[in-house]
Amino acid sequence: MAELTLVESNATSDLSALRRSPAAHLAELFEGASVEGERGVGLREIPFQTMVGLRVTQASDAAQRLEKVLGTLLPDAHGRVTAESGRSVLWLGPDEFLVVTDEDHSQLTRALTEALQADHGSVVDLSANRTTFELIGPSAREVLEKGCPLDLHPRVFKEGTAVNTNIGHVPVILWKTAPESYRIYPRSSFADYLGRWLADAMGEFAALDQFAVLETP
Amino acid sequence: MIQIQCPNCGPRDETEFHYGGQAHVAYPENPDALSDEEWARYLFYRENTKGQYAERWSHSGGCRKWFNAIRDTVTYRISAVYPAGAPRPDIASTQAETNNAAAGGTK
Ligand SMILES: [Zn+2]
Repeated sequence: MAELTLVESNATSDLSALRRSPAAHLAELFEGASVEGERGVGLREIPFQTMVGLRVTQASDAAQRLEKVLGTLLPDAHGRVTAESGRSVLWLGPDEFLVVTDEDHSQLTRALTEALQADHGSVVDLSANRTTFELIGPSAREVLEKGCPLDLHPRVFKEGTAVNTNIGHVPVILWKTAPESYRIYPRSSFADYLGRWLADAMGEFAALDQFAVLETP
Repeated sequence: MIQIQCPNCGPRDETEFHYGGQAHVAYPENPDALSDEEWARYLFYRENTKGQYAERWSHSGGCRKWFNAIRDTVTYRISAVYPAGAPRPDIASTQAETNNAAAGGTK
């Protein structure tokens, strides 16, 4: 067992240098597709975020222990996100939550697993399950509206809301982090398709930008 | 496209949901005691209601939870949404809906 642990820790340090994010090959495409200005929109991948999936009954003893480790309450309704010191907890269902953070995934998963004890529920390190796209700018909403069935008008879809939905037929978690800023979490195997879909949807705003330059005498 | 009121997430497009057939079909208490015919009846026989129909839906593209809904199979109007396991609410088919059906309001 001690030997196994040794091998594992060596492997972990080697692997983190070798790892490739699901949309790493699209970085140039994203940069090229990003548009500055009044109708601007920008896209980038935020790779390797720590994500831990929680299944637990709200307000149970186990939930309270998890909340203590998290330093924040679990969100109690659809769309809600709770946060504490760089750690966000997204509501995915009445008994399902996703913790998103930059801290070390194995340490956090271990701490939460220990807090759950033998109670009914689960703590799973899902960091490799999804990647993160950040879509920002005045035209970000219009880009999303081309392929998202939700009403994204700020009157309805408010800053700080995170929901499960589809973009370009791809199931994603969509989180509005600021008035013109969205985080999109597709599963890794969909990252290539969705990344290209978003870059394509951004195309018209670049075209408009060029058109405006041409029109200027 | 119809919108379905998920008890957890609110109104969402039909495409986010998965249909689960007739609600309140209880699993036989002692399946071993059933004849083949009775077992087949449990597995395959469902009502084919014209009007208010209690059925199961799963919000597969959202919170992934099952719930029940009363849907009018003629108008597609969903008149009630309630938790799986709860008894069927008593909702009578309205006259207006029946008239609508007579006028060819099928989908
Ligand atoms: Zn739902």
